[in-house]
Formats: sequence, C-alpha cells, structure tokens
Amino acid sequence: MTSILPLSVRDLGFTIAGHEVIQGVSLDLAAGSRTVVLGPNGAGKSVLLRLLHGLLQPTGGTLRWAAADARRHQAMVFQRPVMLRRSALANIRFALDVAGAKGETDARARLALDRVGLGPLAERPARVLSGGEQQRLALARAWALQPQVLFLDEPTASLDPAATRAVEDVIVAMHQAGATIVMTTHDIGQARRLATDLLFLHQGRLIEATPAEAFFAQPRSAEAAAFIRGELLW
Amino acid sequence: MQDILQSLGLAFNLMWRLDPNLVAIATLSLKVSGGAVLLAAVLALPFGAWLALARFPGRDAVIAVLNGMMGLPPVVVGLLVYLLLSRAGPLGPLGLLFTPAAMSIAQAILIFPIIAALARQVIEDAWDEYREQLLSLNATRWQCAEALLWDMRFSLSTSVLAGFGRAVAEVGAVMIVGGNIDGVTRVMTTAIALETSKGDLPLALALGLVLIFLVVCINFAAQAVKSYARRRHG
Ligand SMILES: Nc1ncnc2c1ncn2[C@@H]1O[C@H](COP(=O)(O)OP(=O)(O)O)[C@@H](O)[C@H]1O
Ligand SMILES: [Mg+2]
Repeated sequence: MTSILPLSVRDLGFTIAGHEVIQGVSLDLAAGSRTVVLGPNGAGKSVLLRLLHGLLQPTGGTLRWAAADARRHQAMVFQRPVMLRRSALANIRFALDVAGAKGETDARARLALDRVGLGPLAERPARVLSGGEQQRLALARAWALQPQVLFLDEPTASLDPAATRAVEDVIVAMHQAGATIVMTTHDIGQARRLATDLLFLHQGRLIEATPAEAFFAQPRSAEAAAFIRGELLW
Repeated sequence: MQDILQSLGLAFNLMWRLDPNLVAIATLSLKVSGGAVLLAAVLALPFGAWLALARFPGRDAVIAVLNGMMGLPPVVVGLLVYLLLSRAGPLGPLGLLFTPAAMSIAQAILIFPIIAALARQVIEDAWDEYREQLLSLNATRWQCAEALLWDMRFSLSTSVLAGFGRAVAEVGAVMIVGGNIDGVTRVMTTAIALETSKGDLPLALALGLVLIFLVVCINFAAQAVKSYARRRHG
C-alpha cells in the first residue's frame, strides 16, 4: 500500500465571514508521528484539523498528500462522537460497508471492539452507551478502517479522568499499530503524555512546530511559554 | 343533546356487535388509506431525504411549494385524479375509476406533500448533527440519505401517521374518484356524508365516533411503540 504521507501544507488559509480563522499555516507531517495541535480556545485547532481532513475547503494555500485518493486512508474522531441508532457492532460495520471493505467485516468489527474493551457491549444500542464508551466506540470504528492517518479533535474534552485514560491508551495502541496520529487538545498534561511533535496555534497562526521535548523544555515564543505556565491567552 | 346521546349508544352498540356493515366499511377505509400511506411513504420519504441533503438553485422555492401543498384541497385532488382516470383521460384504459385503487391513489397524492415536507425537516435537522461524521467516513450522498432515513425511523413514523390521519379523514377526494358505491367504494367518511344527507344523524355520528376511535387507537399504538424504541435505542 502506498503511503499518503508525508503531507505538505503551504500557506494555508481559511477565512469565513470576513474572519481569518487560519492564516499562513505551513507544515510537513511525516509518517509515524504523534502530533498534537496545542493552543487556547478559539485558536483555530478544530478548523485546522477539518482543513487537513478535507471536511473544510481552504480559502488559500495548498495542501498536498503524497498519494492520490488520500481521503480513503484517513479517519477522524470528533469531540462529541456521533453514533447511528443501531448496535455498537452495527456502527462499525456501517463504516466498513461504506468504505467498501470486502470479506470478513463482522470479524473485523468485533476485533476492533475487543481492542477498545467494548467486546461485551457489541450488541448494545450505541446511543445508550456512556460518553466514554461512545468515544471508545468511535475509536474502534476508526481502528477498524485501518487508517494511515487518524485525526482526533479534543477526544477527551468531556470525559472524566478514567475514561480519558482509556481513550489515551487506545490512541497509543493505534499509533503502535502503525497509524500516524494528529490530535488537538487544550490540555497541556495530555500533550505532554502523548505528543512526539507539537504544533502550537494561536489566533489562527502556527507559532511553533517542534519536537515535543524541545517545546516543553524551551518554548521559543512568548505565547507558548505563557501557555505552558498556565497563563490565560487571548 | 338527545341526538348525541342516542348516537353514542348506537355507536357503542354497533362496535360491540361488530356490525358486519360497519366492519366492512371500516375495513375498506383502513385498506384504502393504508394503501395510500404505503404508496405515498415509499415515494415521499426518499424525496424528503433527497431534498434535505441536496443543494441546488431554487431549492428554497421547492420547499416553499412543498410546504404549501400540505394543505391541498381534497376535492381538487379528487377532480384531478378523476380527470386522469376517467375513460377519456390519459390513464382511462387502466379502468381504475370508481375502484378502491383510485381512492388510494388520490389520497396518496393528497398526503405525499405532508410526508415529504415533514421528512425533509426531520432529515435536515439530523443532517446537521451527522454531516461531518458521515462525510468523514466517505459516505456518498445516497448512503447518507439511507442512513439518516433509518436512523430517524421513529421520528419519521410520526410524519407517516400524520399522513394517514389526513387520508383516512378526508372525504372530498374519495367521494369523487370512488363514487361512494355501497359495498365497493363506500368508506367511513363518505358513509357519514351520505347518512347525514339522508337525515340519519345518529348513524352518521356513530360512524364518526368509530372513525375517531380508530384514529386514536392507531396513534396510541404508534406512540407506545415509539417510546419503547426511544428508551431502547436512545
Ligand atoms: N463556521 C464558522 N463560522 C464562523 N466562525 C467560525 C466557524 N468555525 C469556526 N469559527 C471561528 O474560528 C475560530 C477558531 O475556531 P476553532 O477552530 O473551533 O477553535 P479551537 O478548536 O482552537 O477552540 C473561532 O473564533 C470560531 O468562532
Ligand atoms: Mg475545538
């Protein structure tokens, strides 16, 4: 299978209703990283992720994947999981069917559920699962698709610590299984735990793009330093 | 007051004895309107879903016209279907005029806009919630529409029932295309109109009460199924 990475983004912009939500963002995304997009609320993290995934069309700049048909090799997990009114298992099977997966889709779906610890809840209607369970189900759905790149938009923003821990474990496991991770968070602790690379976004601009260690040891920008110290940015 | 009490008594008597004549008329009513709902729903639900997801110039106008047609006058629909099915009309050779099939067709036309317009609203609201997730999974428009129709099945059943209520209660269209032939095309509403004009008010009122009773029962049953399903599926 040809790799859709690296992704090359040049001077990306997104303007809506006269408001420049993303401006002049350039970055390269290499295979194998766990890249965390960090920044205060309203920095443009969610919009940037949607631009990369193709849910929003940029109003400026270019975005180039290394292979054609890149969309089929990506998956995204949203802040609030959206589940269909059917069983947990059927939700994953739906995703596989839509992706045109052939053969043992039932076995693949069950395997994905087992990996996130939801095997026993396979037949449970997805919408009556708890928030944490639904988010793990969303991860299982993404996992079953075997994406090369997995986008996650604040996947633990509305979860308690135990559920957050469970979701982070699954993210690490998917990374070990070969997926490149790109996730947003405004939680510095989570960024420290998960990031190999860091993108710091502030007011729609990419202020820093560095390895995570360097970022936390010695942020280059005043904004990032203030953010790490826990000061409020606007 | 005397009339009403008398007809109440008669109504319960007729229902209690399962008066054959009453049963035949009520059964035909349910068959004709049931057929109309089936026919209308099969066409209106996909159309409503398509209209909810499609974006084209003039869409707002189509929606406005559709909403407006929810109040189509039954006699006018009856007249149009009469012209289509009459011996000299384009569909005359089918020989459907003054048959229950013609009555179902007329009622289906009458309630198509109701089911389609309500479905459009339900699906469009759901689309707001599901859009990004379904597009992220690479679902085609048609796969989206299909998934939304199935997911909104409980809400849509209300739209379909609204159509049934309108169909079973209308008199103008079935009178014109059915002809109110005793034992062939006489349904509850046309029987009520006939008995009223003959001056047999108690029988007319009794039939009316039976009609209301039937509609209320069907809605009760549907409501029960719906709230059970809601509890189960979330
Ligand atoms: N569809 C939209 N229309 C108008 N403004 C938007 C839209 N989407 C996002 N924005 C604005 O863009 C900015 C960045 O939003 P977002 O990416 O959600 O921030 P973050 O995820 O970093 O908290 C916010 O000021 C938000 O109000
Ligand atoms: Mg966000």
